[in-house]
Amino acid sequence: MKQEKFAIAGLQTRSRSEAIGFVLMVAFVAAAPLFIYPVLMMKILCFALFACAFNLLIGYVGLLSFGHALFFGWASYVSAYAAKVWGFTPELAIIAGTLAGAGLGLVAGLVAIRRQGIYFAMITLALAQMMYFFAVQAPFTGGEDGIQAVPRGKLFGLIDLADQTAMYVTVAAIFLGGFLLISRIIHSPFGEVLKAIRENEARAVSLGYKTERYKLLAFVLSAALAGTAGATKALILQLASLTDVHWSMSGEVVLMTLVGGLGTVFGPVVGAYVIIGMQNYLAQFGQWVTVIQGVIFVVCVLLFRRGIVGELAALLRIRL
Amino acid sequence: MIEIFGIPSQALFGQLLLGLINGSFYALLSLGLAVIFGLLNIINFTHGAQYMMGAFAAFFLLNYLGLNYWLALIVAPAIVAATGAIIERLFLRHLYHLDHLYGLLLTFGLALIIQGLFRNQFGSSGIPYPIPEALRGGQNLGFMFLPNYRAWVIVLSLTVCIATWFVIERTRLGAYLRAATENPTLVRAFGINVPRMITLTYAFGVGLAALAGVMAAPIYSVNPLMGADLIIVVFAVVVIGGMGSIMGAIVTGFMLGIVEGLTKVFFPEASNTVIFVIMVIVLLIRPAGLFGRTA
Repeated sequence: MKQEKFAIAGLQTRSRSEAIGFVLMVAFVAAAPLFIYPVLMMKILCFALFACAFNLLIGYVGLLSFGHALFFGWASYVSAYAAKVWGFTPELAIIAGTLAGAGLGLVAGLVAIRRQGIYFAMITLALAQMMYFFAVQAPFTGGEDGIQAVPRGKLFGLIDLADQTAMYVTVAAIFLGGFLLISRIIHSPFGEVLKAIRENEARAVSLGYKTERYKLLAFVLSAALAGTAGATKALILQLASLTDVHWSMSGEVVLMTLVGGLGTVFGPVVGAYVIIGMQNYLAQFGQWVTVIQGVIFVVCVLLFRRGIVGELAALLRIRL
Repeated sequence: MIEIFGIPSQALFGQLLLGLINGSFYALLSLGLAVIFGLLNIINFTHGAQYMMGAFAAFFLLNYLGLNYWLALIVAPAIVAATGAIIERLFLRHLYHLDHLYGLLLTFGLALIIQGLFRNQFGSSGIPYPIPEALRGGQNLGFMFLPNYRAWVIVLSLTVCIATWFVIERTRLGAYLRAATENPTLVRAFGINVPRMITLTYAFGVGLAALAGVMAAPIYSVNPLMGADLIIVVFAVVVIGGMGSIMGAIVTGFMLGIVEGLTKVFFPEASNTVIFVIMVIVLLIRPAGLFGRTA
């Protein structure tokens, strides 16, 4: 009886600290264009959504996907192609990208969830590499050039997204919508089952849960949201290229989530901000960026496994 | 000109040979991964970078110390294995009590660092490494031309693989290793220095990768990124074979090399992806891998 009370109390503090965090985040997103170059901030928001989608798998189901660039990159191709060649409006292009992410996620998920742990990581990496080679060879991806000069178009046929403010508001809305959806998934009964699978899959099975289905659905959701992020990115930067499907992109999203804090709600957002900001700042050093990213990986794994938000939450004794 | 299935025999056997060469590298690399995974439970993402370091070590030895290919075959893997031992002592040792995924992330980070440093120093275009004099030229077998160096690579790789298998499966040292894989605590209680064994095992696996790198240097040029994409293919090979058996890693490596070579003849567009496609099929039919045991 006593234990149950504690659990409920824990639940309340968690939702309160999360609500405060969310308000702070919205305020930051609203104010950011005043002091950060808007295109950079939009890019950060896309990668934040991408990292949140990735974190849904690693943080809450315990599955490390090393191939999330597959969904991000291919969704970005589909949305860029739809907007440029078929003349889709931006919202339809993003939906098309999201559906592409979900479809690829379904296929990749069916294969990958057959193994766990390290094998899962290697399989997702290999699948992503396979689709990378498809992207290199397929005619519609434009090979090395990618799909360039993608029109941003008019949202709902009305609002011209060539206007930076309109684009920013749209991207911010997509990010916040995606974030709320993920947060809703995490706190739903479905999310609780996912956490149970993460903690002890055998026990979840013995309780009667068809864990394969839960894992597959989580994988598809994660892939779809990664797709939304990729599709939006293609419209912001007006470019879909091989960089987005390359394994180094899969590595980057892992790094963002690790830096921010695996399994924390806000960690991936903070991580994306730090990593993209760092890339932007260090762009002048060219190839050293890879080395620095490697160093951050090593330092995080050895000394800083909870990540920025995880450490902060531990310090303040709250859940973030 | 003889034709087989409408393909000139020269092309067919030529690609088969290339496939066997690739298979030699797949086998050596996946063998190293399997040996490391067996004892450390870590998937060594740095393996591709260490393969590249082997090739660079051979290049340095030749150009700065004047050590020829034959000496490099022994010295280069030893040097890279020593760096591996340092990596194990400094970094990996602190991760054994954690989720195995942290080992993957750490070695991925190390791979980024090593490949980044080499690329900053040497650019990403390859540096040629000469074929040793004794192995230049080739044999005309009638149905195809066999370059001596390539034949040597296949023979050496097979020899090293089988020797490794023999040591692990048939000798006392290998018995210790297998016992430590099953139950390290118990083996330690018998008075065997397991931590040192772990260091040496990691160094040995890394040494195998470096040896593959030395052997690859005269065929492909020496390139900072030569291992970056290769390691992903080797991961797929490991998934297909399953990491449970040493012989499994060797057989799968050679087999997939040949399959890849044949694909280049019959359906060249798919040659980059065929191993991944096979991986998908194997996962659907036999999730534990061809030689794997279900956990």
